[in-house]
Amino acid sequence: MKHLLSAAALAALAGFALPGGVTKAEAAECIAPADPGGGWDFTCRTVGRLLTEEGILDAPVQVVNMPGGVGAVAYARVMNSESDNPDLVVATSTVGITQIAQGKYPAGTDAMRWLAMLGADVGVVLVAADSPYNTLDDLFAAMKENVGSVVTSGSTAAGGWDHIRLLMLAQAAGMGPEEFTKIRWVQFDGGTPAVTQMMGGQTQVVVTDLGEIAGFVESGDVKVLAAMSDEPIPAFPDLPTAKSQGYDVTGYNWRGFYTGGKVSDEAYDKWVSNLETLFNSEAWKEAAEANGLIPIWRGGKEFNDYVVEQASQMEAISREIGVIK
Amino acid sequence: METLTFLAAGFQVALTPTNLALALFGCFAGTIIGSLPGLGPVNGVAILIPLAFSLRLDPTSALIMLSAVYYGAMYGGRISSIMLNIPGDEPAIMTTLDGYPMARKGKAAEALAISGVASFIGATFATVGLTLFAPLLAKAAIYFGPADYFALYVLAFATIGGISGANPIKTLLAACLGLMIGTVGLDPATGTARYTLGSFNLYDGFDPIVAIVGLFAISEVLILFEMHVAGSEPIKRLGRVIPRWSDLKPGFGASLRGSVVGFIAGILPGAGASLGAVMSYSVEKRISNKDDTFGKGDPRGVAAPEAGNNAASGGALIPMLTLGVPGSGTTAVMLAMLVSLNIQPGPLLFQNQPEIVWGLIASLYIANFVLLALNIPMIGIFTRILSLPQWSLMPFVVMVSFLGIYSISHSSFDLLVMVGFGLLGYLLRKLDVSLVPVVLGLLLGADMENNLRRALSISDGSFAILVQSPISIGLYIVTILLLATAAVMSLRDRKRRPAGSEVHTLEE
Repeated sequence: MKHLLSAAALAALAGFALPGGVTKAEAAECIAPADPGGGWDFTCRTVGRLLTEEGILDAPVQVVNMPGGVGAVAYARVMNSESDNPDLVVATSTVGITQIAQGKYPAGTDAMRWLAMLGADVGVVLVAADSPYNTLDDLFAAMKENVGSVVTSGSTAAGGWDHIRLLMLAQAAGMGPEEFTKIRWVQFDGGTPAVTQMMGGQTQVVVTDLGEIAGFVESGDVKVLAAMSDEPIPAFPDLPTAKSQGYDVTGYNWRGFYTGGKVSDEAYDKWVSNLETLFNSEAWKEAAEANGLIPIWRGGKEFNDYVVEQASQMEAISREIGVIK
Repeated sequence: METLTFLAAGFQVALTPTNLALALFGCFAGTIIGSLPGLGPVNGVAILIPLAFSLRLDPTSALIMLSAVYYGAMYGGRISSIMLNIPGDEPAIMTTLDGYPMARKGKAAEALAISGVASFIGATFATVGLTLFAPLLAKAAIYFGPADYFALYVLAFATIGGISGANPIKTLLAACLGLMIGTVGLDPATGTARYTLGSFNLYDGFDPIVAIVGLFAISEVLILFEMHVAGSEPIKRLGRVIPRWSDLKPGFGASLRGSVVGFIAGILPGAGASLGAVMSYSVEKRISNKDDTFGKGDPRGVAAPEAGNNAASGGALIPMLTLGVPGSGTTAVMLAMLVSLNIQPGPLLFQNQPEIVWGLIASLYIANFVLLALNIPMIGIFTRILSLPQWSLMPFVVMVSFLGIYSISHSSFDLLVMVGFGLLGYLLRKLDVSLVPVVLGLLLGADMENNLRRALSISDGSFAILVQSPISIGLYIVTILLLATAAVMSLRDRKRRPAGSEVHTLEE
């Protein structure tokens, strides 16, 4: 730890002393605030690999896994000791913003500089292939009649992004907060376990990101009641959107990066432009689509504003549906 | 027949000189990584993924190297269990129970050989099972719901009392302690923080591997210090370096039984290798412990859990490949590896990319043989570790423990936690409380609770759901039968042995 800190301090000092050194972003580091294998780990490893393969950075990006508190541990670490490290980026997503909005991180969005998002996963509402429900209306009609008759599930805890997406749809269907608490919600350790347990008849509905479970949609093991995107998803144009069924709700899970709050404008801009170059490459489009992501770009100040706004929206939603007081 | 054709094609892919060299390298690196305390298959695969990319290997070659590392690390985990009483990773924990006593008796070479052969049998059994029945078994595993998992964990915990030590009360207390430690962290169902004292570092609770390294490795050093001060260092016997064929024989039956039990545990997503090792050991003890030799260096107590955990990790590949559900922490890393090679495991993998699947399965067969061939000659090297004086060996162990733990989470907080567990381990050893049940409580308790919570979320709080499925009812019946036979047997035991001859109480 000591060594790492002093190394980071040295790197930071070098950055100040030699302005040219910053732009080269030598030995850049990407923190994946989770164990190997999750979405944040994928973001760091894929983007890190492509940054070198595409010749945008000279030295390979070192990926560091720092799990804990759904990203809170990495957030605290960057805030406390690496807030001016120009060579460090951290992977994050809508899930992290949800945590920030609900006060589960050590600070708000203003503690970091938000770099860019490179793509987004789309939330989907799934039922088993032989389910009696064929549309969102079918599902919510049944839930309104008897809220306890349907067991819903996803990959986050109650109050997490999957649960909130379900409640946003329920709200659009005309259900109220007093009914929200009666909706049965089961948490699984990921989208795939949730889907297989639904196929085994343990639950009836899954709300989660499409990317991880796309194979089950292709194989026909599950039926998609709604995709929570503005437009039909390019890889799955036949899936009905929630909007096309009169539910004005979207539920993306974007993937992107932040860096320390005290990083210089110069280093910040360099990262944004590097990431934008990567976003425009064919290699990224392929990698993103292979993992079920829709390539979407928001970068720099536009992205920073977007994150701040999303956090305040999320806080309002969480309050409205009773997840936070 | 179709399967065999596919498999032959898979071998054609795997059996090129480059791929064989990669398999050899992977097995060797994996064994070394697995044998270091705190470093297991998860780190091994995670460390070598970047290497696979920087060598620009094609997906099949990368897969072959990384699965060799995976199997190698599973093999290697037992080495420090046997030699130092420090499990190299979670599933190797059961191997300390009889492996270390064997080493103390001067039978380290035999223990290593038996565990090597048992690992081979377990892994081969699982690979054959994977070849023949993968899609079928995956379909069956789907019908195992949260209430059934809960019943399975109840069964596992019911057997813990008989696992180790002479005093079942202390064993149960130790398991309770582990369960209590396991409640620290974010409650998975609602995201509420429990016993975290407001620290984000505790949000994910205590990592079992940090607890294992602290409890076993650090406390070992403390004990050594104390003995050194008191001037009573233990005497070690090296014994023979090359095991005899006849020494291996008692392990075969146990290996086969362990393979079956472990494989079944492995197929169930989420249960994984640790549960496989626990169940295999307790089943074997139940069957074979006629003369009360288990826990004192019985070779069958080494063979069963080693076959079990290797069979389980092979079995865990079935839900991973056919459903995309990782059966354990290690298969989660394998899953990440496949995804980063742009291979999406799931229901369509066998149809869409058969060359990848069968190439992987063929490489697992190859890895098994390479590991066996590699491990038997290496026994001589590993047994010489024992002949090193403790004062030179233990500082190295401590250093590796710190490095290993830091490399997992990059958090100095975890190092403090590890030292804390070391102190706890020292205290428990002084009180003659076995450390294994503490870790099992921590390791299995979290999953047990999660599944109970899920079952209750499904039923809206009604406990009736726990006994509504045929699977869970069956598991409870097995549990009750096990406990009943244990009670009957210990009563008979007491009648046979007049009071005062030996303190030997209820087995459960």
